[in-house]
Amino acid sequence: MIRFLLNRFGQSIILLFIVTVITFFLINLAPGGPTGVMRMDASPDERQAVIERLGLDQPVIVRYFEWVGNAVTGDLGTSFNSSEAVVERIAERLPYTMELTVFTIIFSVIAGIILGVISALKRGKAADHVINFSSVIGLSVPSFWLGLMLILLFSVELGWLPSSGVGPRGADFDFGGWMAHLAMPVLILSTTVLPNIVRFTRSSMLEVISQNYIRTARSKGAKEFVVLYVHALRNAMIPIISIIGVLIPRLLSGAVITEAIFGWTGIGTLIIEAANGRDYPLIMGITVVITLVVIISNLLVDIIYSQVDPRVKNMA
Amino acid sequence: MLKVEGLVTGYQGKDGFVRAVDGVSFDIEKGETVCIVGESGSGKSVTSMSVMRLVEFENGEIISGSIEYMGEELTTKTNEEMRKIRGAEISMIFQEPLTALNPVFTIGQQIVEAIRYHEPLKKKEAMDKAEDLLTLVGLSEPKTRLKQYPHELSGGMRQRVMIAIALASKPKLLIADEPTTALDVTIEAQILELLRKLRNEEDMSIMLITHDIGVAAELSHRIIIMYAGKVMEIAETSDLFELPHHPYTKGLLESIPKMSGARGELLPTIEGTIPGVNQMPEGCRFAPRCSFATEKCHQEEPPLQKVGRRDVACWHVEEFTASQVDPFHRKEDPVESNS
Repeated sequence: MIRFLLNRFGQSIILLFIVTVITFFLINLAPGGPTGVMRMDASPDERQAVIERLGLDQPVIVRYFEWVGNAVTGDLGTSFNSSEAVVERIAERLPYTMELTVFTIIFSVIAGIILGVISALKRGKAADHVINFSSVIGLSVPSFWLGLMLILLFSVELGWLPSSGVGPRGADFDFGGWMAHLAMPVLILSTTVLPNIVRFTRSSMLEVISQNYIRTARSKGAKEFVVLYVHALRNAMIPIISIIGVLIPRLLSGAVITEAIFGWTGIGTLIIEAANGRDYPLIMGITVVITLVVIISNLLVDIIYSQVDPRVKNMA
Repeated sequence: MLKVEGLVTGYQGKDGFVRAVDGVSFDIEKGETVCIVGESGSGKSVTSMSVMRLVEFENGEIISGSIEYMGEELTTKTNEEMRKIRGAEISMIFQEPLTALNPVFTIGQQIVEAIRYHEPLKKKEAMDKAEDLLTLVGLSEPKTRLKQYPHELSGGMRQRVMIAIALASKPKLLIADEPTTALDVTIEAQILELLRKLRNEEDMSIMLITHDIGVAAELSHRIIIMYAGKVMEIAETSDLFELPHHPYTKGLLESIPKMSGARGELLPTIEGTIPGVNQMPEGCRFAPRCSFATEKCHQEEPPLQKVGRRDVACWHVEEFTASQVDPFHRKEDPVESNS
């Protein structure tokens, strides 16, 4: 296990390096830097002053290594636009995104497995068709449109749910309000992963219930409930766990759109601000953090995987 | 103890309903070992799955006939009622030991599960019993094995575990569906030896399904020869080997390799292949491959009839047996050139 973790740690360092190189060079070489978003009436001298103040007159390579040098000490620089430390700005927003994505994963996994199992066991029947059809709809309808329609229905017409914001926090926090604010964003964000989990569960379950050990379980005198939900589901879960690891990056990019629709002040809205303001340090900081989140969540998925499937336990 | 009569089991296939087992009758006495022998596709596995009422879970259906176990009719039982019989009264071991065990549970968990479905034991007691069962089936280091997963064991060991699971509740009838087919020859011999030992010590009936008549010869009291979903011959093992009453049985016996054969001599085989389920010939199903077949064989299906101590389904039993006793008879028989 320790060897496995060390191995993964090494891989993660390399991955982080590659991701930061690509991002850093891409944003710095793209036309229009921070000066491009200055007021129209700023003079060339003023623009030059800004470039020098921000150190953008240095070659990109020099700047990259300077950035890496600071980053390894935990200093991700200062935001160009707000003069606050990047780390602080991210730390302020990250919890909201984690909230959103964690709830979405929990909801999608539970709902996805239930719907997938129903779909598999009722193969070819009405329930299966309804679930399949809804999955296709969920996958193909753009989430920004669906989000607006939900707002129209639940906030404007029915007035049941708040249309935007993260709800009262701190001293005014109340659980009901929190859930009400989370409901629509979670639902919309889950359309990016839920259909995949449903379809994966369905095919995985169908494959497993025709296995020989299912027949063995029945021949022992197991109740049909035990056959399906202990013997079959436990095996069907294995590939589902690995697909969750694959879906996490998609979830994070989906969060950008979802947060924008619902005014959810997480890292998704922050990255839009950063990109619009050509805020290089902030963009880099968010990239690093998101990459870390993906790496860590995939590591967690692999550890869970090895717990569920005894055949991979001695993988290290 | 087990009495199967006129069993018809079929599957809903792409081109309509197919009858994999078509009117099979036989019985098994207490303490008796009966082998069902036949080629692949003869319906022998479906017969065993019908007795366990497991065919329903695999798109199959028992159409008609009766399966009587200890005087109780099994075909009309609900799944819940069958559940109490499966594993407790009738147990089954399967052909594929490599895939028959659930990969995510330990050997111990899987044996304990089988024990506790039919016996209200505590986990700890059941574990001790599982250890005894593993010792009974001849696995070394049973304590370690209990904590291992199926992938850590070899095929032969897994089949022993399957047997331990099957024996968990002291069944009165053990159905072994090609238990050694997937194993290599030395392991096959060990498993057969184990079955023989269990048969003698545990006082249970065994229904052994095999395509290998040699395996049947070693273990069984009686042999049922099946072909294309029908019973061809049922006879005491010694009788059957002494004088087969059905041309198909003879073909099977002749295709056993002999130590006395000359080098380079070809092993006799039965010409042709078993008919597919949707293209059953009219009349006797073996007729197209039978060198004794006459017009009648191609038109009318022979019923399973008592001939002395055995049952045979052949229109020409007398001529056929006579031809074997008196070799000259066969040479002069004009019937032979018909095919």
